Amino acid sequence: MFETVITYFVLPVISISILLVFIRLAKGPTIADRIVALDLLTAIGIAFLSVYAIKTESRTILDVGIILALLAFLGTVAFASYLERRSRK
Amino acid sequence: MREILSLILIVLGSFFILVSAVGLLRMPDLYMRMSATTKAATLGVSFVLLGVAIHFWEVGIVSRAAVIVSFLLITAPIAAHMIGRAAYFEGVPLWKETKHDQLKGKYDEDTHELKS
Repeated sequence: MFETVITYFVLPVISISILLVFIRLAKGPTIADRIVALDLLTAIGIAFLSVYAIKTESRTILDVGIILALLAFLGTVAFASYLERRSRK
Repeated sequence: MREILSLILIVLGSFFILVSAVGLLRMPDLYMRMSATTKAATLGVSFVLLGVAIHFWEVGIVSRAAVIVSFLLITAPIAAHMIGRAAYFEGVPLWKETKHDQLKGKYDEDTHELKS
C-alpha cells in the first residue's frame, strides 16, 4: 500500500510539478521569473529526493538535500543582487 | 500507524507542491507568482520532509530533515524579498488590473533608498 501510493501517486505528482515549472522557466518573460522558477525547482528537487530516499530505503540521500538547499539560497541571492546592481545607475 | 501518518503527510505535501507549480504557471504577474511559490512550496516541502522523518524515525534522518526544514523556513523569505526588490527596480510590470502601487514614488531612483 505504502510503496504503491509512493510510486504511482506521489512521484508522478512531483514530476508533473517539475514539468510545469520547466514550462515557466522556458517561457518566463523576464529574468526575475526565471530566477523564481529556478528557486522553486530546487525546492521541488529536495522533496523529490527525500521521497526517493523512502522508495529506495537509502538514508544518505538526505545529505544531498541539505547541500541543495544551501546552493539554491546562494544562487538566488547572487542572481538577485546582480540584477539589482545592474539597475542601479 | 506511523506508516499511515507519514503517508498522509507526504501526499499532502506533494499536493501543495503541485499547487505551487500551477500557481507559478498560471498567475498573471511576477509578484503574484512569487506569492504562490514561496509559501505553498515551503509548506509542501516541509510536509514531505516531516513525512520522511516520521517514516524512518531515526536520530540521523530526523535531525537532517529538521535542518533542511529550518533552513528553508529561514531562507525562503529572504530570497523572495531580494528577488521582489530587484524586480521592482528593474521595472518588471505589475498586472494590468492592479489598482494601486503603494511603493510608487517611495524609492529613490539612483540610490535605491526608501523615503520614509
